[in-house]
Amino acid sequence: MDTVIQSLGLTVAYGSQRAIDNVTVSFPERQITAIIGPSGCGKSTLLRSLCRLVELTDGVEIWGRVIFDSEDIYAPGVDVTDVRKRIGLLAQRPYPLPMSIYENVAYGPRIYGIRQRSALDELVEKELQAAGLWEEVRHRLNEPASALSIGQQQRLCLARGLAVEPEVLLCDEVTSSLDPLSTQRIESRLIELKQQYSIILVTHVLRQARHLADYVVFMYMGELIEHGPSEEFFANPKHEKTRAYLAGEFY
Amino acid sequence: MRHRWIRIEETLMLFLMRASLLVVLGSLVFILATILIKGLPALNLAMLTQIPRGGYYLGKEGGILNAITGSLALAGGATAISFCLALAVAIYLHNFCSSERWASVLRLALDVLWGIPSIVYGAFGFTVMLFIGLRASLLGGIVALVLLELPIMARTMDEVMNLVPSGLKEASHAVGATRLETAFKVVVRQTLPGLITALLLGFGRGIGDAASVLFTAGYTDRLPSSLFRPVASLPLAVFFQLGTPVADVRARAYASALILTGMILVISLLTRYFSRWGMRNVIR
Repeated sequence: MDTVIQSLGLTVAYGSQRAIDNVTVSFPERQITAIIGPSGCGKSTLLRSLCRLVELTDGVEIWGRVIFDSEDIYAPGVDVTDVRKRIGLLAQRPYPLPMSIYENVAYGPRIYGIRQRSALDELVEKELQAAGLWEEVRHRLNEPASALSIGQQQRLCLARGLAVEPEVLLCDEVTSSLDPLSTQRIESRLIELKQQYSIILVTHVLRQARHLADYVVFMYMGELIEHGPSEEFFANPKHEKTRAYLAGEFY
Repeated sequence: MRHRWIRIEETLMLFLMRASLLVVLGSLVFILATILIKGLPALNLAMLTQIPRGGYYLGKEGGILNAITGSLALAGGATAISFCLALAVAIYLHNFCSSERWASVLRLALDVLWGIPSIVYGAFGFTVMLFIGLRASLLGGIVALVLLELPIMARTMDEVMNLVPSGLKEASHAVGATRLETAFKVVVRQTLPGLITALLLGFGRGIGDAASVLFTAGYTDRLPSSLFRPVASLPLAVFFQLGTPVADVRARAYASALILTGMILVISLLTRYFSRWGMRNVIR
């Protein structure tokens, strides 16, 4: 198993509250890793600290290292925008940008200097197809993204994230605000996308973790409790907290 | 027992609300009626298209084109400059200012500036102009109006930017956009209707203010021609014409007020139209 990204002694605190405490874990390349655990266990914080989005929150403090492409992304002198470009994030609630469907997908590539219309056209079509949205929007690319349904918006956000060609895709409970059909669509996209991307998925739906994940990380109260390949993890959990969680004794 | 009290309370509150509404609408209708009744008979094409001729202030022919164009130049110039400065302030407050304390000091400063009477800006501007040797001029008037409009526009923009969801900014950062790119490409688009409203508030305040331009812009019967010459303005045109003993000229003061009100109405309607257009892309 090749590692794509690795956290070493990662601790994140909001004020005096430690959201994650001394987490050391490796995430496998080109697989889907699910981070599971009860609400408030630090899943989202861990995810957001892997792409340096966590530091946008006021009063946050971070210790430890995150190794990506054999470099610490928290080392001084690292270009934070480059880190975020290479490690994309899809958020829980879809936030399309206040512009057209086309412009949403072209937003990232434009920032990185792609100006040529034909190149952008091609890219927009490719990424909307990868996100499974192309057929629904191909005739209304210039309409505002806000006009799309919430499920479509989430797929648009996926396309926007893919358009900057990240290596890792972080997904933060991406289906929790969606209806079952939209959820299914996103899930099937993720399974296809793991051919090219390493996906790390935060979820509180065990069914989703079982269905999608190749590797599972279990967190509880900000601490890493157990992690391992999916089959082994679900069939034979080692820690009693894990067993209790899987048995549905707490959420 | 309780039931009856609730009903009395409800009736009383409803009465108070309706009474307040009546004060607001009543004063609007009363003001409009006054300037329409007193001003409309004196309003003619010459008022809009001519500058004052000899004897205009004694009731002879001429118009107030000097004041109309002067006011547009003053308020237009000042609003354009204030808009850019206010946008910079608001964007700084929301995207670059890392200390909450410093931000709240800035907001307090803007609130204080907002409350300063316009005559103080006029006097301050005049003092500065004397110091640098600038006489009453379009430039001086614009500077005084910028001081007047800037806090209004900056605070209005600040308030609308407060409503931008943090998830939206995060979405932009997540694809690797810098803070500046996020501010100009996402925050500005998201708040466009609010920014247009800020523009209107500033312009409305600027074009209607007499005290700040009294010393700084002066008054003239000519059309604006240079940044360094005095310009006329509508509020002062109203003021000067109202102060004459000639009844015809006083009627023209009301006509001038009508023109000023009409201009503000047009600007308001345009703003509404553009605001709605700006709403198109806004994410709710």
